[in-house]
Amino acid sequence: MSTSLDREWQRFTPTQRIGRWLLWLAIVAACVWAVRSIEIIPEFLADAPQQMADLLLRMWPPDLGHYRIGVHDALIETLHIATLGTVLSFTMAVPLALLTARNVCPWAPVNALANLLLVASRSVNSLVWALLFVAVFGPGALAGVLAIAFRSVGFVGKLLAEAIEETPRGPMEAMAAVGAPWGHGMLKGMWPQVQPAFWGIALFRWDINVRESAVLGLVGAGGIGVALDDAINFFHWDRVATILLAILVVVVIAEIVVTQIRKRLI
Amino acid sequence: MSAGLSLRGLSKAYVPGKPVLRDITLDFAPEGVTAIIGPSGTGKSTLIRCINRLVEPSGGQVLLDGQDLVPLRGRELRLARRRIGMVFQEYNLVERLSVMENLLSGRLGYVPLWRAWLRKYPAEDIARAFELLDAVGLPDHATRRADALSGGQRQRVGIARALMQRPALLLADEPTSSLDPRTAVEVMELLTTLTQREQVPVIINIHNVELAKRYCGRIIGMHQGAVVFDGPPEALEASHLQLIYGGEGWQE
Repeated sequence: MSTSLDREWQRFTPTQRIGRWLLWLAIVAACVWAVRSIEIIPEFLADAPQQMADLLLRMWPPDLGHYRIGVHDALIETLHIATLGTVLSFTMAVPLALLTARNVCPWAPVNALANLLLVASRSVNSLVWALLFVAVFGPGALAGVLAIAFRSVGFVGKLLAEAIEETPRGPMEAMAAVGAPWGHGMLKGMWPQVQPAFWGIALFRWDINVRESAVLGLVGAGGIGVALDDAINFFHWDRVATILLAILVVVVIAEIVVTQIRKRLI
Repeated sequence: MSAGLSLRGLSKAYVPGKPVLRDITLDFAPEGVTAIIGPSGTGKSTLIRCINRLVEPSGGQVLLDGQDLVPLRGRELRLARRRIGMVFQEYNLVERLSVMENLLSGRLGYVPLWRAWLRKYPAEDIARAFELLDAVGLPDHATRRADALSGGQRQRVGIARALMQRPALLLADEPTSSLDPRTAVEVMELLTTLTQREQVPVIINIHNVELAKRYCGRIIGMHQGAVVFDGPPEALEASHLQLIYGGEGWQE
């Protein structure tokens, strides 16, 4: 049966196979190198379970009475930071998204510049943004709002620009054929197509921002993170537990609310 | 000043040196239905889109009631476009808007932005929209979303939207190609009777030669970007079709 030899089939050519082996080797080498470089101290690793158990014992029972005095207002402030930050981010993200989307703004250099701003916003973590704004505006919720807003711009702008670029061309072509001015076309041709994505992104980002704004207080940018920081610094572990529980409850509620609204939107 | 549409030496090349339209000169009467037939890729669609400048002509003139549309820019172009209705092969409706809002979009060239935003369209526009919905046979569909309609119904909405402009000219780019044969006939019937009633001249790109002969008073045959036949449907013979589409044997 010489024909069966001729018709033998293999998924990869020999060169491809060597290439794949080298790739796997590189990945393993990178992992080994990484583990070696973080210098794990064996003794610390060994007594970690004890330390963990100790910490949890100190946390239990949570000091729930502390909620009304020291947590509630901070929690509300956190929600305010998340909401205002999200709204503010949209005022910046919408124009940038329009300038990034190639089907709205046909000038490639402008697309690239707007996209660069979006990438820059994303490349800085919200904690770092918060550090910057605390340095400029002093500690407090304002720095938190701005940190949330500036971090969200890149995320929201990128997703919005993609939603805009994915819209079918037809309706906008019809708007042009009708003689509609640019704004009319965007309002009646583009906006209805982008609307579900827009609200979906807004809710999703608000959801993320509730969680992000909870830690901003660690660097002094207001909200419940300030209370958390204080409690940790004074070793009030039962209070820490209360705060962590409060954050968990709020995040779960936010998740439920967002899911319910999104179901109705689309 | 001559009424109606005239093309003078219209040409288009997407790639320099490879013309899609070669020196088209045609006059259209201010009434009646004209069909443009020809094989795929012969520039029919390009020709229609050069008229309302969805495609930029490379040369020549597009005269509508004596005004050349080719040099127009910005606001002037929009003012010219709102006098030209267009019906698309893929309907190009805004899927998530109601039928009524899609119809009213036909008035966007006339209505200020705040009215469009607040959906406070002038009463006569709304009355006209209801009138047209009756005329295209969708009297109960005003509040339905466009994505809930069938292909034939969508094209009826497309025709009604174009007529909302009270156009001086209607362009139709393969209006029946996405429809089944029966619906295609119904849509052609509707398109021709409605435009006759409103006295709007129509230029239709169409693949179906039988439909063209049945509904159009004038047929223009194109081959490789040039006009090779121009006359009434009765004059269109097998030899002409061979010239337009090339080859032989397929007509039997």
